[in-house]
Amino acid sequence: MIKVSNLDFSYQNEKVVENINFSIKEGKSLAIIGPSGCGKSTLIYLLAGLLKPDEGVIKINGNIINNIRKKTGVILQNYGLFPWKTVFDNVALGLKVRDYDKNKIDDMVKNALEKMGISELHNKFPAELSGGQNQRVAIARSLVLNPDLLLMDEPFSALDALTREEMQNLILKIHKENNLSYLIVTHNIDEAVFLGQEIAVMKEGKFIHMIDNPYFGDIKLREKEEFFELCKELRVMMSEDDLL
Amino acid sequence: MIKRSRLNTLYGAIFIIAIWWLMHLFYSSSVIPSPYIVIINFFNKLLPVLIPHIAMSLYRIITAVLLAVIVGISIGLLTGVNEKVDQFFSPVIYLLYPIPKIAFLPLFMLLFGLGNSSKIILIMVIVIFQIIVTTRDSVKNINPEYFYSARSVGVKGWKIYRHVIFPAILPQILTALRITVGTSIAVLFYAENFATQYGIGYYIMNSWIMVNYVDMFTGILAISILGLLIFQVIDLLEEKYCHWVKVGNQEEREIR
Ligand SMILES: Nc1ncnc2c1ncn2[C@@H]1O[C@H](COP(=O)(O)OP(=O)(O)O)[C@@H](O)[C@H]1O
Ligand SMILES: [Mg+2]
Repeated sequence: MIKVSNLDFSYQNEKVVENINFSIKEGKSLAIIGPSGCGKSTLIYLLAGLLKPDEGVIKINGNIINNIRKKTGVILQNYGLFPWKTVFDNVALGLKVRDYDKNKIDDMVKNALEKMGISELHNKFPAELSGGQNQRVAIARSLVLNPDLLLMDEPFSALDALTREEMQNLILKIHKENNLSYLIVTHNIDEAVFLGQEIAVMKEGKFIHMIDNPYFGDIKLREKEEFFELCKELRVMMSEDDLL
Repeated sequence: MIKRSRLNTLYGAIFIIAIWWLMHLFYSSSVIPSPYIVIINFFNKLLPVLIPHIAMSLYRIITAVLLAVIVGISIGLLTGVNEKVDQFFSPVIYLLYPIPKIAFLPLFMLLFGLGNSSKIILIMVIVIFQIIVTTRDSVKNINPEYFYSARSVGVKGWKIYRHVIFPAILPQILTALRITVGTSIAVLFYAENFATQYGIGYYIMNSWIMVNYVDMFTGILAISILGLLIFQVIDLLEEKYCHWVKVGNQEEREIR
């Protein structure tokens, strides 16, 4: 699905992404965890084709990415919703610029809002919604474009614990139903373990660990012993590197 | 919300008329005629006399403001989006901005003739600076995440303007308009004292010269209604296209 080799990126003189290599197979997922400022958002921008790498190559389905790709869905760190557009218009934007006809847009948007359980909010502005509701709008906005790859940048960091778990379950469900490949950036250990089939630990622009998560995909994982074991392992990994 | 602002306008009108009436009683001279007589005169002269004057003033103001908005937003966008253009233009803008443009009326009359053009250009020049500076600053202040967000769903080219830039800067532009329209009416009044037989400014000054204070006050009433009308149009635009700002503000207030 996606293959990244020797990726480098700097803003002005500051190197933010350094020699990153990984791949995600079709229908799989990767969670990237790391402290803030380590370059996670920048990496998402690069993968989305919003920024161009200085060095290295990103290939999706064999094609080199140097611009946005129609079938890549992106959920940006602060939802990326436009405060001047209603929920409906926010979700419809991607369809509108693809020049679909109006009735089709109506149907697709309604459908997406229904799936996210936010149909009744279609006329509201983002400022009128709670964090969780806005998050659902952001997901609807990406999914309505029927992506085969979803990139998420700390999508649930502003949510309370309960809503957060609810949203994580939702992502897992969508992933299973549509065989959707996704990459999620987070600074939350539980989230990485629950949503990452593979987990990469990122620090100062580099991947310093890459672990497999054999327990991925179990909706009840959070209640199990293995979950805590893996969280603990990950936590140790992250704190060890602080001491170095 | 609209209802409340209408009610406020009514309070304002009653308050002003009350003061006016008190001054009329106090001075008891023909220089301040009674509001009652002026209002009757206003309605009697509205159709035959005032409407043509108001229409001419409105035409001048609207043309000037539209031109200023179109040209001003264009220059503002150019300087806001492009750092190099900004470095070249900004010093020029800052040098010209504080000059009282009204001083240029004689020059404009020499360059563009005595007719409407010189008056329209004068008003335009006054409004345009506010629009340029506001547009430039608002564009620079747009959160870059909005551009990433728009591009990520496939928005590109001029559609970025339509879906991101214009809606993001519109509230500030309307605020800038509200500020400059007051000034531009005052300037119009001044400009209409030269080389014209039409316009509400001309009507007021002419009535004064003719020592007809009732007509003079009728003209003042008309010009204030003209201003009110323009402000109402701006409010209406705001209500229609910037509703989201109000919604956001309300939410913030509730959180506090
Ligand atoms: N537009 C930018 N210009 C310059 N530096 C930036 C810009 N965006 C981010 N950075 C810097 O790059 C580093 C990584 O940022 P970011 O990718 O947002 O990290 P994260 O998402 O992991 O918190 C930070 O040090 C940040 O200050
Ligand atoms: Mg980030």
